[in-house]
Amino acid sequence: MIAFWILAPIMVVSALGVLFVRKAVHAALLVAALMISLAVLYLTLEAPFLFVVQIIVYTGAILMLFLFVLMLVGVDTTESFVETIRGQRATSIVFGLVLGLTLVLVAGQITLGTVVGLEEANSGGNIEALANILFSRWVFAFEATAALLITAALGALVLAHQEKTVKVTQRSLSDQRMRDYAESGKHPGPLPAPGVYARHNAVDTPALLPDGTPAPSSISRVLVARGTVRSAPAEADRVEKFARELGEPQRPSTAESSMESNSDTPAASAEPGTEGEQA
Amino acid sequence: MSITPYIVLSAILFTIGAVGVLTRRNAIVVFMCVEIMLNACNLGFVAFARQHGNLDGQIAAFFVMVVAAAEVVVGLAIIMTIFRSRRSASVDDASLLKY
Amino acid sequence: MTYALLPLSAAGEGIIPVVDPSAADGLFSLLWLVIGLPLIGALVLLLGGPLAGLHRGALDKWGHWLGTITAAGSFAISLTLFLALLGRDESQRQIGQELWTWFEVGSLQVGMDLLYDPLSALFLLLITGVGTLIHVYSIGYMEHDERRRRFFGYLNLFIAAMLLLVLADNFLVLFFGWEGVGLASYLLIGFWQHKPSAAAAAKKAFVMNRVGDIGLALAIGLMFATFGSTDFAVVSELASGASEDTLTVIGLLLLLGACGKSAQVPLQAWLLDAMEGPTPVSALIHAATMVTAGVYLVVRSNFIFELAPVAQTAIVIVATVTLLWGAVLGCAKDDVKKVLAGSTMSQIGYMMLAAGLGVAGYAFAIMHLLTHGFFKANMFLGAGSVMHGMNDDVDMRNYGGLQKMMPVTFVTFAMGYLAIIGFPGFSGFWSKDKIIETALAENWVVGILALVGAGVTGFYMTRLMLMTFFGEKRWNDGVHPHESPRVMTVPLIVLAALSVLSGVLLLGNWIVDFLTPVVGVAAHHEPPLPALAITAIITLTVALGVAAAWFLVGKREIPKTAPTEVSFITTAARNDLYGDQINETLVISPGRHLVSGLTTADRVLVDGTVEGGAAAATGLSALSRRIQNGYVRSYALSIVGGVLLVVLALLAVNLA
Repeated sequence: MIAFWILAPIMVVSALGVLFVRKAVHAALLVAALMISLAVLYLTLEAPFLFVVQIIVYTGAILMLFLFVLMLVGVDTTESFVETIRGQRATSIVFGLVLGLTLVLVAGQITLGTVVGLEEANSGGNIEALANILFSRWVFAFEATAALLITAALGALVLAHQEKTVKVTQRSLSDQRMRDYAESGKHPGPLPAPGVYARHNAVDTPALLPDGTPAPSSISRVLVARGTVRSAPAEADRVEKFARELGEPQRPSTAESSMESNSDTPAASAEPGTEGEQA
Repeated sequence: MSITPYIVLSAILFTIGAVGVLTRRNAIVVFMCVEIMLNACNLGFVAFARQHGNLDGQIAAFFVMVVAAAEVVVGLAIIMTIFRSRRSASVDDASLLKY
Repeated sequence: MTYALLPLSAAGEGIIPVVDPSAADGLFSLLWLVIGLPLIGALVLLLGGPLAGLHRGALDKWGHWLGTITAAGSFAISLTLFLALLGRDESQRQIGQELWTWFEVGSLQVGMDLLYDPLSALFLLLITGVGTLIHVYSIGYMEHDERRRRFFGYLNLFIAAMLLLVLADNFLVLFFGWEGVGLASYLLIGFWQHKPSAAAAAKKAFVMNRVGDIGLALAIGLMFATFGSTDFAVVSELASGASEDTLTVIGLLLLLGACGKSAQVPLQAWLLDAMEGPTPVSALIHAATMVTAGVYLVVRSNFIFELAPVAQTAIVIVATVTLLWGAVLGCAKDDVKKVLAGSTMSQIGYMMLAAGLGVAGYAFAIMHLLTHGFFKANMFLGAGSVMHGMNDDVDMRNYGGLQKMMPVTFVTFAMGYLAIIGFPGFSGFWSKDKIIETALAENWVVGILALVGAGVTGFYMTRLMLMTFFGEKRWNDGVHPHESPRVMTVPLIVLAALSVLSGVLLLGNWIVDFLTPVVGVAAHHEPPLPALAITAIITLTVALGVAAAWFLVGKREIPKTAPTEVSFITTAARNDLYGDQINETLVISPGRHLVSGLTTADRVLVDGTVEGGAAAATGLSALSRRIQNGYVRSYALSIVGGVLLVVLALLAVNLA
């Protein structure tokens, strides 16, 4: 019991310390102290196997994992102690005190009878005895923990894994265009807009190339499939007709054609009349 | 040697762990407090195993350790991913799942 | 009323005849056709318009002839049946025809059955005869109306419904016809629905009729509850076994129904507004058919009223008030059709009075109904003819001196006039005389009032005649009065002839004997004065009224606009004796307040409770929502709280 009375205050103090230290690393160290003390207590309670496991698994593996994550997250991060949720801290403390007092009082009041002790159970060695039980009575639970551990490992892998993305730069895109041009002759520049050089900028009128032929790539494939593409030269003629009907002054370059067709459009024949009225 | 002091200690540790979970905001510290609570339970299991002269308590403590290990692995991975996306390890920052 | 306490006389007199029809055979199996013909006409005319798409317009061209022919065919069958009925033995004069079972619910079996007896026979002749004449007249009157086909469809529908009403073998079929008449009258009064006043008048007539219909419906329900059947035969057989209270309630409810249909006080207000309809409609509804349905109902239900003297007294009171009410209205109105409407109300009052007097009066009620049907239809159609010539002007102050312009109309109208005031020898003289005589014999107060009514009738009808046909011309500019076409004047001539001659019905007490199988034999009461003296007094009273009219209206100049500085009584009469205002104050206004109160209560109490509950739930939810704040620690706190509770509970259980 001497060990207990020495260790118990240490454990309580370390546990309380976890509540009050500002840095997570300090908390981890306090927890480590708690775990090791607990391991010693296991020894006094005739559980040598758990003593070993506690030290190896908890202090060795789990706390190291904690520290490792702390390194990733940032060792220096200190936590603000200003409570943001209203009433959370006070209620927590009250609940904690009442719960702790109740449990302690109850645990202190009950009488458990004489302690049987584990001499008999551990007669063939603690580890052998545990193995006997574990692989007989608890074997299914033991197998289930195997599944649990594998699932946990996979889950951790999936959660922690980060896909590596290749960043696309202007340079690489430009290189790719040039490579495409070299290999398949694909036009490296932007497509001509419809209506360029065609004197008509409707989306269904193809652009004209410098030699006067329509540029098929300036028209949407959908319009071609529908067959609603119009002829650019024909549109050019109609533009002059519209201009005449609107009574705009003819540009010198098209004056000839407008004189030819002056007499056969109704709008044009109406013009003299209006002029006469004005006079 | 009565086990009552062990049980009392177990209760105290459990309560301290619970209060820690409720008051600390750093997710890692919260996890540590959860570990304290689990260990407090383990202490009870082992103590009662001795009281009854039966090793099943120790087996239970053993299973608790296994589950705790798995839980810590997954939990820390979650904390990692949250930190990666939010640059914060505070449990209060992950509060979007509400009304 | 001493009358209510009158004991029923024994032995042969006062026995209420039981309706016990024999099966229809031979000629009488055609009975259903009387209704069927106009019904088919109505269906073809109303539904055929859209259906005859191929020959669109064809139906509009000959539709009115179809309507007229069906009505005439119906009249021909009615006449044949009537003659056949005359040839039968008196005890064989009730003929029933079972068409089909209308519906069957539990122990209530209602057949679509017809009953043809002397009462129905007379009504059939009146409805189909006058109806046919009005159809003919309407061909001319509605010539320029583009919806003439529809008008004739409605007329046919009206006639069919009215015929079903008078041929019904039980109260439910009667009610069916009753409602059909209401529907058709609604359609006809509101025929010119583009006029808001016509639409409103139609609605008013419909709603006020519904008030009466509630009475009839309740009466039928009560009959079924009491007798287990609504057949005339069953009810008339079992009526003597029922308690007098039940019969009184049934009688009063029937009276309510009759008041609605026959425009008796207090449900009289719709009749004058109903003049918004085309004039042939006024003639059809206010002379021959619809308004007489109430009288028919009372006479038909004689087996109930005879055993419920209180209900009979109520009829007499209602009828007396109405006959004076209508007469007063007739004196003040300048609208020619409204004067006639007032007089109709008054004359229906006479009929109801006679019907309310019991066995002694039933036959005279029917007699007056027939004669009135002729002369009132005559005068309404005459008024329509005048309006036709005066560009649809109805104000008598714009008439005057028309007797030279419209000789046929004038002469026929004069026949009707002489008939209604009871000029000796004309039909109205015989029928009204008998009613007043009977009233005097039964109760002298009612008799005197009826006598006064006759005098007032003489006054306002003379006023109408003088203002319309005599005196100087007060026509508006641009009005060129002319005689109406032949198609309109021929019905006038026929009706005028009937107005003059229908007094022969009374020859040898014929109509009383004819109706005896339906209404029974009257106990004889000696009138307080010799019959000849009474006749002289009546004639003298009427002469006084005519003379008063001559001195007050005929001798003076008639102003073009109605004088405004008149006595209180005239103002009241011009305003329909404030009938609308009374309804407004007594029924509509409280009803409106009740409805608004109920609406408020609904909004405050019902909606308030429901919406308050919803608001409370919302508030609670909003509060509880705040528990879910997204903080894990907060949730953990709840869990710890739960643990604490469980621990404490366990402790408490263990300590207890």
